[in-house]
Amino acid sequence: MKTIYMDHSATTPVDPRVFDAIIPYYNDVFGNASSVHTPGQKARQAVEDARDKVAALIKATPQEIIFTGGGTEADNQALIGYMQANAHRGKHIITSAIEHHAVLDTCEYLHKQGYDLTVLPVNPLGVVEPQVLKDAMREDTVLVSIMHANNEIGTIEPIKELAAVAHEGGAVFHTDAVQSFGKLDINVREMGIDMLSASAHKLYGPKGIGCLYVNKKIRLAKLLHGGAQERNRRAGTENVPAIVGFGVAAELAGENRLESQARLSELGVRLQNGILERVPHSRLTGHPTLRLPGSVSVCFEFVEGESVLLMLDSYGIAASSGSACTSGSLDPSHVLLAIGLPHVIAHGSLRLTLGHSNTEEDVEYVLDIIPKVVKSLRKMSPLYKDAGGVA
Amino acid sequence: MMYSQKVMDHFMNPRNIGEIKMADGIGEVGNPVCGDIMHIEIKVEDNIIQDVKFKTFGCAAAIATSSMVTEMVKGRTLEEAERITNRTVAEALDGLPPVKMHCSNLAADALHEAIKDYMKRQQA
Ligand code: FES
Repeated sequence: MKTIYMDHSATTPVDPRVFDAIIPYYNDVFGNASSVHTPGQKARQAVEDARDKVAALIKATPQEIIFTGGGTEADNQALIGYMQANAHRGKHIITSAIEHHAVLDTCEYLHKQGYDLTVLPVNPLGVVEPQVLKDAMREDTVLVSIMHANNEIGTIEPIKELAAVAHEGGAVFHTDAVQSFGKLDINVREMGIDMLSASAHKLYGPKGIGCLYVNKKIRLAKLLHGGAQERNRRAGTENVPAIVGFGVAAELAGENRLESQARLSELGVRLQNGILERVPHSRLTGHPTLRLPGSVSVCFEFVEGESVLLMLDSYGIAASSGSACTSGSLDPSHVLLAIGLPHVIAHGSLRLTLGHSNTEEDVEYVLDIIPKVVKSLRKMSPLYKDAGGVA
Repeated sequence: MMYSQKVMDHFMNPRNIGEIKMADGIGEVGNPVCGDIMHIEIKVEDNIIQDVKFKTFGCAAAIATSSMVTEMVKGRTLEEAERITNRTVAEALDGLPPVKMHCSNLAADALHEAIKDYMKRQQA
């Protein structure tokens, strides 16, 4: 059976062109980028070429890019590194309730270390309203971190406005752009972004590599110690093959962005509308239009997400859910709760995120299967009958 | 998290879904951990569970344990059914992932509630 992968917000396959570009750096060009000799300098060149490509994608300068071991490290580095280096300026951090745990948990960690923390609510569409940020700003607010686009519900945040509010109040602005990097147009200068986290594996690059963009006027404390790599900002021998892969992935994303996003957006809308039309008692979560292209998130009443996922999987469809039963911690997704969904509705969450491999036929197939799956689960659900559904 | 083949079988092909017309006992329990609900109905004759049906709002483990519990008690005496615990249900399914053990409580509890309900009705 063919696998229809619709979980691209979780991760993406490595693009064959990225894969081909990486391989030589495991053997032919294996030098340590810090070495003086020719093999080392070849590796250095490759790292710097990749840095140029990544920087170009967000209109930053190459010196402002720090390669990290992924998006999570970039978020940790930005938040912890900034607060440690700038604690004298103030102790107050502001973030939002729908951040990825890489930001939320790091903020909680800082809070435990004695920093002040405000977690902003979002509106029912998942938007952090600039006025809400404005009201939360304090004299001693030094750092605001709001994600660019949400991984679960796809909502795109008004980053430019939020950054402006942060700056007005004298704070720097960080954004976790792991979901939007290479997909949405990002210009760090125009948008007023001071720090930005990104990850390669969400855009057809390898796992375990990401970056933090840091505006050159900003000072950060190091997270990792033990070497002067990355202009003394991130210790550790550079992961040259992964960095090369990230560079190529960024370049390809930049080249194809408009075309591929238009296609994904169209497919996503078709999938979204199709589901809402064909499945009674279903609702969209997140913003109806201001959302990541190809990101569809819905809730089906009376059924539970893990059951939906496993049944879809039996038809070869790979998706994800924010249901409590899928979470390991058995708590429903903090994002779904933050947009005001009751626990019992969040239980029936399903997220389908489209990518390069998905076709119109895939969408049609999925639209054919989903109503069947939901129907068969509702037949088993004690809640469905109570709601007047016919079993 | 990986489910055993038995769990997947009972999840994909659940036995005894539905309701019983004029059930003799009904048990419904909610799962305080993650908010799921399980509903079991039994038909009893001569102290033996002649028929049993379930409905479950929950994860694959919850559905599979419900299905398994119905299979385990059909044709058994009430005393035998009362002895079924979440552990015996989980064992019959070749085990559950640790994070899913709590789901099996649901099945055993709903069954015991249904039996209790039956007993109460008998006394009335
Ligand atoms: S019923 Fe929620 S985890 Fe099993």
